[in-house]
Amino acid sequence: MAAVQETVDRVRRIDVDQYRYGFETVIESDKAPKGLSEDTVRFISEKKNEPAWMLEWRLEAYRRWLTMAEPKWARVHYPKIDYQDLYYYSAPRPKKSVASLDEIDPEILKTYEKLGIPLREVEVLEGVVRPEAERRIAVDAVFDSVSVATTFKEELKKAGVIFMPISEAIREHPELVKKYLGTVVPTSDNFFATLNSAVFSDGSFVYVPPGVRCPMELSTYFRINERNTGQFERTLIIADKGSYVSYLEGCTAPQRDENQLHAAVVELVTLDDAEIKYSTVQNWYPGNSEGLGGIYNFVTKRGDCRGRNSKISWTQVETGSAITWKYPSCILRGDNSRGEFYSIAISNGHQQVDSGTKMLHLGKNTTSRIISKGIAAGVSQNTYRGLVTAHRKATGARNFTACDSLLIGDKCGAHTVPYIEAKNSSALFEHEATTSKISEDVLFYCVQRGLSQEEAVGLVVNGFVKDVLQQLPMEFAVEAQKLISISLEGSVG
Amino acid sequence: MALLEVKNLQVRVEDREILHSLSLTVNKGEVHAIMGPNGSGKSTLSHVIAGKPGYEVTAGEILFEGEDLLAMSPDERAAKGVFLAFQYPVEIPGVATMTFLRTALNAQRKARGQSEFSTPDFLKKVREVAARLNIPQEMLRRGVNVGFSGGEKKRNEILQMALFEPSLCILDEMDSGLDIDALRVAADGVNALRSPERGMVVITHYQRLLNYVVPDFVHVMSRGRVVKSGDKELALQLEASGYAQFEDAA
Repeated sequence: MAAVQETVDRVRRIDVDQYRYGFETVIESDKAPKGLSEDTVRFISEKKNEPAWMLEWRLEAYRRWLTMAEPKWARVHYPKIDYQDLYYYSAPRPKKSVASLDEIDPEILKTYEKLGIPLREVEVLEGVVRPEAERRIAVDAVFDSVSVATTFKEELKKAGVIFMPISEAIREHPELVKKYLGTVVPTSDNFFATLNSAVFSDGSFVYVPPGVRCPMELSTYFRINERNTGQFERTLIIADKGSYVSYLEGCTAPQRDENQLHAAVVELVTLDDAEIKYSTVQNWYPGNSEGLGGIYNFVTKRGDCRGRNSKISWTQVETGSAITWKYPSCILRGDNSRGEFYSIAISNGHQQVDSGTKMLHLGKNTTSRIISKGIAAGVSQNTYRGLVTAHRKATGARNFTACDSLLIGDKCGAHTVPYIEAKNSSALFEHEATTSKISEDVLFYCVQRGLSQEEAVGLVVNGFVKDVLQQLPMEFAVEAQKLISISLEGSVG
Repeated sequence: MALLEVKNLQVRVEDREILHSLSLTVNKGEVHAIMGPNGSGKSTLSHVIAGKPGYEVTAGEILFEGEDLLAMSPDERAAKGVFLAFQYPVEIPGVATMTFLRTALNAQRKARGQSEFSTPDFLKKVREVAARLNIPQEMLRRGVNVGFSGGEKKRNEILQMALFEPSLCILDEMDSGLDIDALRVAADGVNALRSPERGMVVITHYQRLLNYVVPDFVHVMSRGRVVKSGDKELALQLEASGYAQFEDAA
């Protein structure tokens, strides 16, 4: 057992020391009074200069939320959250809208520099010769509750693509927001989504017009900085007929002893022949080796393949958060539409992950594919929970699901909870699942060939998740591969 | 100085003593065959030399070019030039053989303070070695040993041996699971690596393999001890009379 034991010990030691994004930015911020009430909702709406209809929408959600209870069915345990002990809005001061990057607080710019996120277009545009693979990426940066910078706005505008903070979109494109907001995840959907509907402060908005292939990757970086603050971002992406967009989000937070709540909602809509590829690299602070602190990541993500032949593909690499409760889903409404879910979920230390997907087949000849790779180490618990259903009218529906779990050590757990319902006899659903332990023989084989113990674990794990890594845009795949090594070893960096 | 010197080695697994006061000396340029029945401790010896966890050395020492091998981690031993060809090579899904070879070779080179191979140099070297062993490029793109036949797995072991150029090769039951044609290909690969700069230890049940890889010395192991040593004639003698006589001797 010695080799495996060594790995287990090493993995156990990993805590805050290995979390590279745990620093805090000292800036002045503008906060809503602590706690949640109708006044808080009005405060946020007013801060955002929102039209009356938006305030009404929020208030309706808030009133409904008061009648709802937190979901308890997930395999996660945490002390009761006091929703009155949180700040629901925090914005870096000065909060006047910024016309250029030069007006952004330099401390915030430094934060994004430390995180390796390019906010300065010039650097990207005039940068030294870059490898061809390194395409340009438009970034929207969300700091606590507000979007601080969106790059390449002008160039995207030329292509007809709208990419802006959702708070701006509410003012500038109310017709689009009204038409789509809440149509995929209704305000009544679930406790956390309803809370988000009442208090969301910012997030990204994307609209790709008919026939347009978005000329660059779009991405949003979310950063929680403020203490005792919840982050409630809202993302809405619409791909109109025959359009295509690839979108990536990344998340980090400072290390703190208290738990912080992150309850986001993401809604995707694809019309006829359109495609959205949505990738997430989630690396919120996971808490320390004793399980103290870390982000509660309670997120509702759903895509609606509203049009015929449309496609939505979710790819996620989940390495952070103390608790993850997240099920990016696809409603396959349009005939011949397709949903995909590729997931790598790594849990270490005291992390708890309950994640998976829902593929709801409503249209004819709809297809879906689920590839989930769970890796559990330390004393963590890692659950895949998935639902695949075929409606009565969804003739010819097809799904393929493969869930693989890898255990490192003997104190962690991996669980697979698939729900499958077919209401018509022509549906064809396949489900495969495996659970394995990282074997001592494999590790010994690798070290006999000269690899260190750490390199061996990294190699085996990367091989295990390869099918999913391949789904990420190339520059992020490299990043994700590094992140996986760090999450499990703490040797790289 | 001897390449490998095993002196009075005593090894336990949990409460059971597997090797009792075992000694063996291998010089550069020599091929030693170790024969013996199941459970005689042959594989244990190879594992202890390579540094597999789970064995407790209670007495004796192993010197490799005069250095204390037991004080080194398994990857350090590999970088020094100890290579073990496994009886059952493991599968590593999702890791292309080519990637594995490169990662391992560069890890060894780095440990020795040598520069890492560039991609073109590495590819050139692998292609050269693979061609000699009749290994198609397609096999190198597959996951390590995933879906390989028994013969392919053994050829992959010999490919690595040729690529890493170790000074000590230990071949554990190289002939197990191979038909006569596959055995011949594997044996040719091993023979091509015989060199005055390299020592080999060939572990086998059967004399058959030794018709192809002809040893300079033959040792018979029984119940954790070397009970008889001789030249290749000893192997033929064993083939005729079996191991029973030595069981008594032990």
